[in-house]
Formats: sequence, C-alpha cells, structure tokens
Amino acid sequence: MQGDTRTMSPPHAGNDDAMASVWRALGSIVDPEIPVVSIVELGIVRNVARAGHEWIITLTPTYSGCPATRVIEADVRAAVARIVEGPLRIVTALSPPWSTDWVAPEARRKLADAGIAPPGSGNRPASETRPLLFRRAAVKCPNCGSLRTEELSRFGSTACKSQYRCLDCREPFDYFKPH
Amino acid sequence: MLFDYLLRLADNGLVLAQRLGEWVGRAPVLEEDIASTNVGLDLLGQARLWLAYACEIDTGDAPPVRTEDRLAYYRDAGEFRNLLLVEQPNGNYADTIARQYLFDQWHVLLLAALTASCDARIAAIAAKAVKEARYHVERSADWVIRLGDGSAESHARMQDAMDALWMYTGEMFAVDATERALVDAGIAADAQALQSPWIEAVRAVLSEATLAMPRDDWMQGVHARGGKQGRHTEHLSRLLAEMQILPRSYPDAIW
Repeated sequence: MQGDTRTMSPPHAGNDDAMASVWRALGSIVDPEIPVVSIVELGIVRNVARAGHEWIITLTPTYSGCPATRVIEADVRAAVARIVEGPLRIVTALSPPWSTDWVAPEARRKLADAGIAPPGSGNRPASETRPLLFRRAAVKCPNCGSLRTEELSRFGSTACKSQYRCLDCREPFDYFKPH
Repeated sequence: MLFDYLLRLADNGLVLAQRLGEWVGRAPVLEEDIASTNVGLDLLGQARLWLAYACEIDTGDAPPVRTEDRLAYYRDAGEFRNLLLVEQPNGNYADTIARQYLFDQWHVLLLAALTASCDARIAAIAAKAVKEARYHVERSADWVIRLGDGSAESHARMQDAMDALWMYTGEMFAVDATERALVDAGIAADAQALQSPWIEAVRAVLSEATLAMPRDDWMQGVHARGGKQGRHTEHLSRLLAEMQILPRSYPDAIW
C-alpha cells in the first residue's frame, strides 16, 4: 500500500460515536518499546476510516526495521475488536515517511518525564553529500536540564534513540533521535 | 526487468544486514555492537519493503509461490543481485567500517535519486529509506575519521581497508542494459550520475580522516559482470549457507 498522503485526522473528528471510541482505543495503546507514549501521540496512526462495515486503520512504521511494528498491529487489532464490530483492515502507509515532527507536544513532555530527551530539530541530517560530521546540536539533559551533554553512541536501546551523557549531573540518558 | 532491479535494491540490504548481524555479541565495544545491528535492522527492514514489492511483480513466467521468505531463503548465490562490496567479510573493525561507509555514501545518493522515480511505490520506499541512510552515513563517516585520524595502528588499518575494498566500488556506478532501460523509463536511478557526487563526498571524508584516496584499479564496469548480474565472490555462498540453513533444513519451521 502506498501513497496515502492524508494527514492524521484529529482524534474525535466528527460526531460519530464509534469513530471517536476507536480513536480513544487507539490512544490507549502505548508504544511497546516506549510505554509512556501512545501510538497516536507518536504519529504512528495516520488515519481511521470506514468503508461500509469495514474499518480501515492506516499506520506508518517509524523505522523500516522497527521490530515493534508487528506488535503494534496486533495491539491495534485487539483494541479495536473490543470496541466495534465488523472486519478491520490495517493499511501500512510509507508515504509521507514518518517524522518526529509528528510527535505530539504532550508526548514530548511525557518522554522527558520518563528520562528520554524528546526529539529536537537541530541536528537532523539533511544532506546526501555533506554528512554532519561530529557537529551536532546540543541536547538538553532530561534529568537536570543542562545543555552540556555529549553523545555516547549514535544508537541506543531502540532504533529511534541514541545514547547521551550529561556532563553536569553525569547521568546517561536516551535521546529520541530527530528523524 | 523491474523484478531484477528490485532484487538488486533488496539484496544489498539483506546481505549487508546479515554481515552486520555477525557482529552481534562480538563488536569491539558494546555501543558499536548495538549500532552495527541497528543499522542492519534498518537495512533488513528496507530489504523487506523491496522484496515485498518484488513479490507483486508479474515476471510472465510460470509464477512460483513468491513471498519475501521464499526470495530470501530459497535463492542460491547465483540468483542474488547484491553488490560485491556488501558480501565481503567483516574482517577487522576498520574493514567493516570502510565497507559500511563506501556503501552508505552510495546508498544515500541512490535513494535520494530514487525518490524522484516515476514508480510511486519505489519513490515511497526510497523516501522512507533515505532518512535512515542519511543517519547511517553520518555514523560510518564519523568512524572512518576516528580510525583514520586516530592512532598509527588504526590509521594503517583504515587505509588498508579502503585500498582493499576500493576495487569493489566500480560496479556501483555501472549501468547495464537492465538498468539502462529502467532509467530511460524514469523508474530506476542513473547510477552513473552518482559517481561524481560520491567521489566528491568520499574525498572530503578521507581527507578529513588523513587517508589517501585509493588508486583506481581493475573494477567491474559496464562490460564486466559482477554482483548485479549474479556473479559473486566466494564469500556470498558461505554467508547464505548460514543465513538459509534453518528454513532449508526445516521448511515448515515457524519462529
């Protein structure tokens, strides 16, 4: 499936009760690897639609190889089946590609509360020929707020995070990579 | 033809992911163990997207049951279409990093070009994958510089690795009849056009790393045959033996 360019419908759009409860159910599903934010807040749920009796839920993967993708699909099936009748079709949309720009402001706060620095926009790689060598924007420590931090590794505990260390409070922390 | 091109795209990711997976539990430092395998995971995810598309292409001949797994596990070396570069053994960590950087720098240019493909599915997969590849090339370029501009030992090993792998980079820019037809149709990216930006980028990184540009030597060109035509080095069949043994020995095994 491809080419679904619709932007995410706002939760509870319209006055359709069933539609609102499906969005609510989806909003209660947390990301299996970062269980403090929901898949709606992360921008993984792109659309909910109805065609006759069928429910069509459009999801987008964060990273191509993210192992959580299948778990999320199973969670969506289970949650939606509890709420509404009728067959459910899950559509995977690759385009437009998922971006951390879609991570909701509320989710950014929750990430920081959980000790994960939320994605910034300063050091997103942009060029194919001039990689950002060693020059990365400052990342704020989620523990003490210091901007004196350093990258330990480009990759962390999941595909979407890298590892940092605070030079002031000395705590290591995860940084949700801008993508 | 499109099927063959999709295999070229898919097999690079599939084979390199398998190589990177060989570092699991054995990389020089824990962070690199995680980084290598995360890059491999991205590449494997991308390979699945290309393979899934390849499965849908009607090639005209009596179609066998085609699934991602059939394509990954039941093709022999001669049916793989990956670049010779990605099947080269891991060697020491400089060898792995050199292989990764030379590939990443090409991959990111290729994917960026493919986002303009008139095949909407290819353009969508490329747009997804290029974001990941941009991150990959930053890491591998960082490491080329760290090792090249590091100790005398790491510098020597990095230079040796670049020199040894250079001959495999020629086929990245070779356009054979299959690719030419797809380029003319607006579907494939013109690999030849990637060569000069690639050289420019590699030159900048190697210079920063205090490494010498390797000398051009014999390479697979347009007239020679290489990985893209299914002519591989001896290393691929050994890699596949390990990758494919489980589903071939126990065809109904389920994870």
